[in-house]
Amino acid sequence: MASTTESVPRPARAEPLPERSRPRGNPWRRPWALEGFTWLYILWSIIPIAIAVLFSFNKGASQATWQGFSTKWYVGSQVTSVLHNPSLHQAVIQTLILGGLTTLICVPIGVCFAIGIDRWRTRTSTGLNLVMIFSFVIPELLLAVALFLLVTQALTFISLGTPAEVAGLVVWNLSWPAIIVRARLVSIGRSYEEAAADLGASRMRAIRRVLIPLLMPAIFASAVLVFASTVDDFVIVEQLSSTGNTQPMSVLIYSNVHGGLSGPALNALATILLVISLAAALIGFIAYRWLTRGERTQGSTEALTGIAGI
Amino acid sequence: MGRKSTSDKRNRWLWIGLAAPGAIWLLVLFVAPFYVMLSVAGGGINEFFQTVVPVWNPLHWSSFNFSAVWHDIVGAGAYIGPPALRTLLYTGIATAISLAVAYPVAYFVSRYAGERKSLFLVLLIAPFWVSYMMRMLAWIDLLQQGGFFNSALSFFGLPGNTDWLGGKSVTVILGLVYGYIPYLILVLYAFLDRIDQRLLEAARDLGLSKWRTFWSVTIPLSKPAIVAGCFITALPMVGDYFTNQLLSGAPGTTMIGNAIEGQLDSPGQTGQGAVLALMLLVVLLIPMIYYVASTARASREAI
Repeated sequence: MASTTESVPRPARAEPLPERSRPRGNPWRRPWALEGFTWLYILWSIIPIAIAVLFSFNKGASQATWQGFSTKWYVGSQVTSVLHNPSLHQAVIQTLILGGLTTLICVPIGVCFAIGIDRWRTRTSTGLNLVMIFSFVIPELLLAVALFLLVTQALTFISLGTPAEVAGLVVWNLSWPAIIVRARLVSIGRSYEEAAADLGASRMRAIRRVLIPLLMPAIFASAVLVFASTVDDFVIVEQLSSTGNTQPMSVLIYSNVHGGLSGPALNALATILLVISLAAALIGFIAYRWLTRGERTQGSTEALTGIAGI
Repeated sequence: MGRKSTSDKRNRWLWIGLAAPGAIWLLVLFVAPFYVMLSVAGGGINEFFQTVVPVWNPLHWSSFNFSAVWHDIVGAGAYIGPPALRTLLYTGIATAISLAVAYPVAYFVSRYAGERKSLFLVLLIAPFWVSYMMRMLAWIDLLQQGGFFNSALSFFGLPGNTDWLGGKSVTVILGLVYGYIPYLILVLYAFLDRIDQRLLEAARDLGLSKWRTFWSVTIPLSKPAIVAGCFITALPMVGDYFTNQLLSGAPGTTMIGNAIEGQLDSPGQTGQGAVLALMLLVVLLIPMIYYVASTARASREAI
């Protein structure tokens, strides 16, 4: 480093004042204890996952002792790699099918529901909105049990397996687009649409050309959330899957942890699941930033909280 | 309710049409299933095949399954009590620990993270994007005998041969905390981030110490978020039946969800499983209604 900079004191973030001139302490002092605690939490939350990912590349069959790097649990092994084991790669395919179908059905329905409920303000719409919020807070097991009884006792034309799984996942995730889009509708207000109407646009055209583009960040954020939450879903798909062919990754991991296809192949499967979710999050983040590029927001912070649904 | 412009009335059918698919989906696949659950609970069983015979007419519902479950709760050989108690205990302790960890973290990131806020948010949101199964699998790897956790214990001279996955309540509670705490942190963060800083500055200007400001301004202001966040964390914990199966699997750590699932799957007991699920629903209706009412109030205030 240049010698001139050494003599000049580095500009501190908050220049500490002499002790007596600040009787109540410096309000901008960095709270070291809080920051340390936060970092401890972050390490605790991330290190176990990092280790699990690491062991998916283990050469041996142990999930506890590192025996060297290998990709055999992904592609190498003819018996237990994700690529060659039929039940493992079927689970990957089933997860992607469920994620795709649920997102494609759930998001348009949820977005239209949010617009309709927000504008059609009657007792019925208030009631429907309450039902939607209940579907958000109900423990998943109760809904899954009720859905299982529905498709086995009443609507038997919805067969267990992919149809029942998608039907259940759509209703379980419907609240994401509905809540997020509704919140965005409230913050947008009516003025843009009214301006379009004053300029001669029909109501339908105003929705299509003005409202939908304005809602795009919310729609995108909710699509990412629905996809990620479907890919991660366990309870509903476990109750509503039928044969091994309709079991996605989460169910396969659950049923094999104690015996069965154990070992790093499960870690490999979980890592693939992780990569799928993170890819969805990344796409969501980039798209959210791009869609809100003209707005006065806090930028990345806003986008991060946007795609996390808060 | 807000103003109703005339164009809203003219476009009524448009709004109804937009809301219809979602409304139908909710009615058929969210409301109707619970009626089926009632019909199964109030129905009987086919003695020969041991299958469920739902009764659709409420006037003909029988109390057979209800009294059977009642005997499981209070009669001789009652076995519902312990898992129900454990559910309460596990959920209570896990929620309390989660809150004790989540609040300081959310508070720090919302108030002090400064220009590194995005970094912290990424790190806090990351677990939210990692599959629940992956996160449990990670702990199974760590806690198994010969795993990193036991090795670390023996490195520090502590007994390193504990079977953490062999039915320990501690493991299940920590699993629940690990599984659900990201939601609590996000709810708290979202709220704390919106607290008007001027209120806190005013409190300091009026002579309150940092701690007094925190206790008598920040905490009371964030009470709604604490309540909402605890509900959002505790409700799924109550219905959890897989965390304890993954991290223990022993009968000594079962929760009410395991009892429901077990009965649902055993022949001739499906009706009793439905009764148990309904009872759990009734118990949870109180916190659920409270939560829905408070969010409805919040959204009214927002509009």
